[in-house]
Amino acid sequence: MRDEKKDQTFEINRGTKVAGKAVLTGTYFMNGDYACCEGALAAGCRYFGGYPITPATEVAERMSRRLPDIGGIYIQMEDEIASIASVLGASWGGVKAMTSTSGPGFSLMMENIGLGICTETPCVVCNVQRAGPSTGLPTLVGQGDMMQARWGSHGPYETIAVSPSSPQEMFDFTVWAFNLSEQFRVPVMIMADEVVGHMNERVVIPPEDEIEVVNRRKPKVSPEKYLPYKHDPDWITPMANFGDGYRVHITGLTHDDKGYPAMHAAAQEEMVERLVRKIKDNRDKIISYENIMMDDAEVAVIAYGISVRAAKRAVRDAREQGMKLGAIKLNTVWPFPEELIRDIAGDMKAIVMPEINMGQIVLEIERCAAGRCPVKLVSHAGGAIHSPKQILDAVDEALKES
Amino acid sequence: MSAKKTKSITPAHPQDELLRTERIPHIWCSGCGIGTVFSCVIAAIQKLDKPLDDISVVSGIGCTGRMAGYIKLDSFHTTHGRAIPFATGLKLARPDSSVLVCSGDGDLLAIGGNHFIHAARRNMDITVICVNNFNYGMTGGQLAPSTPFGAKTTTSAIGCPEEPFNFCHVAATCGAVYVARWTALHIRRLTDSIIEAMQKPGFGFVEILTPCPTAFGRRNKMRKAIDIVKFYHEKSVIKNDIDPKDATLDFRKNLVVGKFVDIERPTFMDNYNLINSKELGDWPNLDKKEPKPAKRAAG
Repeated sequence: MRDEKKDQTFEINRGTKVAGKAVLTGTYFMNGDYACCEGALAAGCRYFGGYPITPATEVAERMSRRLPDIGGIYIQMEDEIASIASVLGASWGGVKAMTSTSGPGFSLMMENIGLGICTETPCVVCNVQRAGPSTGLPTLVGQGDMMQARWGSHGPYETIAVSPSSPQEMFDFTVWAFNLSEQFRVPVMIMADEVVGHMNERVVIPPEDEIEVVNRRKPKVSPEKYLPYKHDPDWITPMANFGDGYRVHITGLTHDDKGYPAMHAAAQEEMVERLVRKIKDNRDKIISYENIMMDDAEVAVIAYGISVRAAKRAVRDAREQGMKLGAIKLNTVWPFPEELIRDIAGDMKAIVMPEINMGQIVLEIERCAAGRCPVKLVSHAGGAIHSPKQILDAVDEALKES
Repeated sequence: MSAKKTKSITPAHPQDELLRTERIPHIWCSGCGIGTVFSCVIAAIQKLDKPLDDISVVSGIGCTGRMAGYIKLDSFHTTHGRAIPFATGLKLARPDSSVLVCSGDGDLLAIGGNHFIHAARRNMDITVICVNNFNYGMTGGQLAPSTPFGAKTTTSAIGCPEEPFNFCHVAATCGAVYVARWTALHIRRLTDSIIEAMQKPGFGFVEILTPCPTAFGRRNKMRKAIDIVKFYHEKSVIKNDIDPKDATLDFRKNLVVGKFVDIERPTFMDNYNLINSKELGDWPNLDKKEPKPAKRAAG
């Protein structure tokens, strides 16, 4: 007898013959890239402008099949610069929009991510990281774009980046990324990686009415009284889409609250203050992390993305040996959870951070720990993930040094 | 007292409804042709039978890029070269709206050249107005992909060593369904062309040759705007419907203007809807299995 459920799961995993509905409630065996696509659709994304790049291609592939069926638009643009520009255009057209890419494409997108930040355009960029620099290892894992996510576009600004560590989180965090982008009017980056993107795991998609979806704040005043960049007390600015009758002018030049170019230092200060404070002052609503066996921990492994998986195993192995090791899983990397690190650093004998780069987020930990405990990096040039033993060895070394 | 008097004497400008009057004076130099083009764009929009909330203007960076900031419509001033892909996303999000891209020659065809050719290939339903002043005016007059061979700019101080693009030829070759070129002097024809291009479904392209006495003229023996305008008047030759590859711009001979292309072709959305209706069925099927020949009895 045919197993109906099994057949369906197989077909959906392959991206063929999926039903024409936006939220595919059910339990699946699915890779992270596909789960990202499903999370986006569940969050209300109806526009994808992208350019194929390994290992993010599967997001685009599934989007190209799913979006037309549910009244959305998929377009493969001529390059990543065009992709992100079109995403900004679609967002101002009132449609939730995203793109997905990897290292080289992420580099190309930087200028227009800056335009999105400056014009406060809600959108989502999924970076399925591979090992760099340059073309690097297209099919193998890396976490080398973490600082680029924070500082890659020129000028002063704050941004939001989430870091999923499983296909399930690719779904959950993509929904969350859309909600954050709509709430704070900022391009939100999903800093995934090749392993999370390509790994197949169980993904549970909840019923549509159980998925929280946030939409951008709309102006409550008439067009005559509306100022496109006059913020509410929480630094968030209500957004009039094109076609709403507000006839807004939006520019990447420094602008005043009317949205008009204002070429002087005072306007620059006012604008940058808003861009920074809407994230900084709301960081408690943004920052998310998970404590793993931290109650009695003497040493903390802090990790994000795929490195969390090795960290969790290291904690389990250490506990079996009687060692008081805990872990903190960073769900958001930007804005950086400064208070968290300041709070725990004094209580720890050491902090260990595995990341698949030569030391990026560890710099933030060192800054916030400020010498109150030794901070040890477990670096990895890319191409593979850490083994739990590498982390445990680093814990041993750190304890000896402290 | 005088303010009140002025108000009563001066009637409203007929284009006021579409101007962000509080932003005037504009940044364009005296003698510049962009203001004329801007007036033609507004006149064209006023003549279009389309709700103003359903028209938006997208521009890139440069002198012409500032048009978006003076027009009282939903408008976006993007990064350098990226007006067309931004407009693409906007148009696809609001397929029933009209999206007008107004930008300069350097923005659209140098840094934005890749987007230009692909938007024309897709027959994206947007209208692109290209103000061609033969150089990068805003930054003081540098070499552009339109700068004539031998012309002097700040980055071709001895003379431009490159051949320029023929923009109309590029647009037509890449698949634009409407292509026209005028000078800033051809106000009536230009306005009509903008209307026609906006009414036509698909990628419409209108190039306008404009005087830039400040940056280009100053270095090329055409310092006075009035002299440049007279020069355009004398040198421009209207040749409608000719092959755009023959629509040459030669400052020594003549400047060919006219409406060169006005054809029908399915737009991106037409084709997108067709593909997704899954009604396309005439693709050759090389995989189709022929019925196997009957087995012959072993001999």
